[in-house]
Amino acid sequence: MAMAAPLTLHLLLALLLGSSGPSRAEPERDSLREELVLTPLPSGDVSATFQFRTRWDSELQHEGVSHYRLFPKSLGQLISKYSVQELHLSLTQGFWRTRFWGQPFLQAPAGAELWVWFQDSVVDVDKSWKELSNILSGIFCASLNFIDSTNTVIPTASFKPLGLANGTNHHFLRYAVLPREVVCTENLTPWKKLLPCSSKAGLSVLLKAERLFHTSYHSQAVHIRPVCRDSHCTSISWELRQTLTVVFDAYTTGQGKKDWSLFRMFSRTITEACPLASQSHVYVDISKNSQDNVTLEVSPPPKSTYQAVVLGVRRTYAVYDLLNPATFSGSRSLNLQLRWKQQQDSGGHLVPFLHAQRYVSGYGLQTGELSTILHNTHPYRAFPVLLLEIVPWYLRLYIHTLTITTKGKENKPSYIHYQPAQDRLRPHLLEMLIQLPANSVTKVSIQFERALLKWTEYTPDPNHGFYVSPSVLSALVPNLVGTKPTNWEESPLFSTMFPISDSSSHFVRLYTEPLLVNLPTPDFSMPYNVICLTCTVVAVCYGSFYNLLTRTFHLEEPKRSRLVRWLANIIRRIRGVPPL
Amino acid sequence: MAEGIMAERGRMDRVRGDRHPERDRNQALTALTMDPEKIRGKHAALCFATMAVMLGLPLWWKTTETYRASLPYAQIGQLDSLLLRLRVPVSVVFIQGSLPIVDQQKLPFTVVNERDVPLKCKMKLKCRFQQAYRMAGSHEERALKMDTIQEAEAALPSPKEDTVGSLNIFVIPEKSSLLPQDKMSYVGPKRTAFVRGAQGRQALTVIGQRVLQVAQSMSLTDDVLAAALGDRLPEDKRSDDKRRPLKASLGYEITFSLLNPDPKSHEVHWDIEGAMESFVQPFLSLFGALGNFSMDSQILYYAMLGVTPRFDAASSSYTLAAHSLPHVINPVEARLGSSAASLNPVINFLLYVPERAHSPLYIQDKDGARVATNAFHSPRWGGIMVYNVDPKAYNTTKFPVKVNVDMVQVMEVFLAQMRLLFGIPYPQMPANFVLAGPPSEGLRSWELDRLLWARTVENLATVTTTLTSLAELLDKIGNIVIKDDVASEVYRAVDAVHDAIVELAAGNLNSAFHASREAVTSSEKAFFDPSLLHLLYFPDDQKFAIYIPLFLPMAVPIFLSMIKIILENQKIRKDIEKVD
Repeated sequence: MAMAAPLTLHLLLALLLGSSGPSRAEPERDSLREELVLTPLPSGDVSATFQFRTRWDSELQHEGVSHYRLFPKSLGQLISKYSVQELHLSLTQGFWRTRFWGQPFLQAPAGAELWVWFQDSVVDVDKSWKELSNILSGIFCASLNFIDSTNTVIPTASFKPLGLANGTNHHFLRYAVLPREVVCTENLTPWKKLLPCSSKAGLSVLLKAERLFHTSYHSQAVHIRPVCRDSHCTSISWELRQTLTVVFDAYTTGQGKKDWSLFRMFSRTITEACPLASQSHVYVDISKNSQDNVTLEVSPPPKSTYQAVVLGVRRTYAVYDLLNPATFSGSRSLNLQLRWKQQQDSGGHLVPFLHAQRYVSGYGLQTGELSTILHNTHPYRAFPVLLLEIVPWYLRLYIHTLTITTKGKENKPSYIHYQPAQDRLRPHLLEMLIQLPANSVTKVSIQFERALLKWTEYTPDPNHGFYVSPSVLSALVPNLVGTKPTNWEESPLFSTMFPISDSSSHFVRLYTEPLLVNLPTPDFSMPYNVICLTCTVVAVCYGSFYNLLTRTFHLEEPKRSRLVRWLANIIRRIRGVPPL
Repeated sequence: MAEGIMAERGRMDRVRGDRHPERDRNQALTALTMDPEKIRGKHAALCFATMAVMLGLPLWWKTTETYRASLPYAQIGQLDSLLLRLRVPVSVVFIQGSLPIVDQQKLPFTVVNERDVPLKCKMKLKCRFQQAYRMAGSHEERALKMDTIQEAEAALPSPKEDTVGSLNIFVIPEKSSLLPQDKMSYVGPKRTAFVRGAQGRQALTVIGQRVLQVAQSMSLTDDVLAAALGDRLPEDKRSDDKRRPLKASLGYEITFSLLNPDPKSHEVHWDIEGAMESFVQPFLSLFGALGNFSMDSQILYYAMLGVTPRFDAASSSYTLAAHSLPHVINPVEARLGSSAASLNPVINFLLYVPERAHSPLYIQDKDGARVATNAFHSPRWGGIMVYNVDPKAYNTTKFPVKVNVDMVQVMEVFLAQMRLLFGIPYPQMPANFVLAGPPSEGLRSWELDRLLWARTVENLATVTTTLTSLAELLDKIGNIVIKDDVASEVYRAVDAVHDAIVELAAGNLNSAFHASREAVTSSEKAFFDPSLLHLLYFPDDQKFAIYIPLFLPMAVPIFLSMIKIILENQKIRKDIEKVD
């Protein structure tokens, strides 16, 4: 079966060339690959990861006039105007539960995340960053214009360029997370518009907003980076990767069954490949099927399978090639279905070697504690983890309270970079390289004090709380099985996001939950109350003062009625005083 | 003590009043007016009122005032009734034999003619033709001995005064064979023209009129001005198609888009790189003075028109009726992608290759006839051309069909549309004029001059409108803040307007244009400065809510005592009159 994959690829290439004939004599300068990976998750959910990769063989910076074909014009103009080296933008709703769902291909923090490497020719990086985020905010209809110096940091070690890079001087890097950002249809529509086939053909037909946002996790991203044009790497090409990951709750929507089909998830089926794509694949993870034990069944039966070590684990995928007309031969459309043959035991899944949690503790509105718990579940190998914490300035960290404990003992980080916050100017940045011993739990905690904000600095719903962006974990996690170096250009897209350095480990970047912290919140009608109270006091004082100064006082003889006089006289007579 | 005295006096008054009611009343009245206690109270109340008016009001006024730097209101007011004198230097060269010998002696050096251009607003426009007469030099004589007028023109030495905005008119002998017999004048592609001379007594006057006619048609004519000024012209000179030119701007982005809604049937190739180099670049290089131009091109797939074309059975083709054209653009525009890199206006040129199911597709004009170019343009937006695929290409089994776009045909249409969009209508000449074809770049030099004139006038009119409406707004809305930098922009704009007027009157077209552009930039910067809006939305009801708790309790006693004092004074005056 393993041999079948390259064979179909050759067949496909032949078909492609044959169909277009001599017209492709000159090599196309850009190409599109699209793929969809469907993974049944251990918890019974189904994750679907779309990747659309547009590769453009062009030195974008050095041309005066640009001619765009598959690469979107708006992004191309951005790269050349702001001399962007690399751009990574993700918009995410929900949280990827690594412990239950396993390692993601590419996780993103809840909300919006943007990190950009600028080229070393950029003089004023901060200005370019500000303008770039404003323009991106316009392109993707997201609130990226709220990125300013109070939530931008310059990480020193955690974010390295993913593509080709000459130098890694981190002064050309900017990183920002907006955990408050709510992602919705208006962000998806412009993202879809960047696809060459729009949402008219190919895999993008499945991208129906009302289904995609009816999910437990939705993450859409744009990654732009320079890559090698060929194996000699003498010139560069630009790669635009648009990824979209959704997690469908198949278990509850499927009445307790974990079976799923494309139609049930997306309410669409695939009818044709995008005619512009040079490769269009659907992968279904069937690793649960072992040699002797067939636990699940996919229909229609796959023409080929693909085996690879993905994220350190050996996996088997059923491959459907949409450019191969045989895929659609049975029916007009492809409606992939997966049926479980037997209920598998839920406890048997492999917990990822690295996962983390984060929470805020303490009581009252003055102080508190941020704790991050890092798990290394590898039975015998220790590995280092780069932990990046960005804490807004209104939580004042007490850096002397930073404690890192593993198995009850203090764990001294081998590298610490701490940049204290400045009020209303920049956030706290804490980067640490921590060694996680095998099979251990490490707790990183730091205490903080809550600052008082000015009353205009509060968000419109201050009692909702203030978000603290998630901590970022970057690590080289040991593989369960060794990998062989593969041809980067030919392997599926989902395995080529991060460069593979060696065969015994793989790179993982994880994000913890964003935190919600309550700050001391004033009563917002207070200023008006104060005004009213002060004015009343002033008015009362003024009034009596005024009265005292302007009134004239006369003594008036009290007027008494006859009845009163008669009563008074009776009393006087009793007392023996002469009557009135 | 005081109370005791008052009580004593009160009792005495009462006792007295009992005895002589008539006389005592008068006495009481005088006592009331003279009562030192009453007078003291009155003075105190008056004192309070004076303090409130003299101290409180100015303090309140000063502290709640919106800041306004001083602006040149008087100068802005004068802008409205500007008098623009456009000086057009015309050098008139007489060839031997074109003028009677008698007239040669009394040939004046210069003659000035003025022509009023009617405008709707108060602004006045005067074209001032300054004609400098001289006899031809020997080499000019030699050049005009050529057989055809084109050769003669080519052989002419480039005159010294061939600057932007000037004209050279050669008067050739009446019987010259350079021009066809029935034609009086020839207008060349450069800033040169030829006019037939005259003989007889009134020769000089006749020639003068002819020269003036040529000069007028080569300088700012009404149709060019109409294109630039749009709604500022009198009603009878305005028409809908005059509104198509783009507004003057610092730069323009030109985007050529190829729309291929059916990539499964058509594989469209267009040589846009070559076409831009050979057609668009030379054309735009002439406009260098007008602004910066940046160009790019893109190919959009699955981009549909918003209208379903109607099938015409007679010709077995599809038609787009003229009335449905407005609906074509909107859905396409969503895909075009806004220009991310700059704020300049975008001019779109779309080449639409209709899908196979709807081809061939023809555009019908209002009368139902096919449009020869199969293209239309949208004012201030750009142009669309439908490019039909040769139906013979479908006689194949191989799809997609390769389509090679004939760029010459396409660019002819696009360049013609570009001329219209920039406001260079086809020159209209009197019947007895010979109009030379444009040079290879596609634009006659004097047409460019006319455009510069028109743009300068347009810019000045725009500045006038902007500044006048700013002044009006400031007059109407008191909450607008004018900071010092905004004020300095206004001053700069006003100064630049005056510079432009001076330069126009001096005949320096280029510097006048630059000054007018500077004026536009400054005035727009001032008008659209965000600081103008800072206090604009501070509603009055909130102000009252804050003021009332303080002002009401303070003001009411003052008012009441004032009323009381006034009433008492009136009463006393009446009583005194009665007593008298």
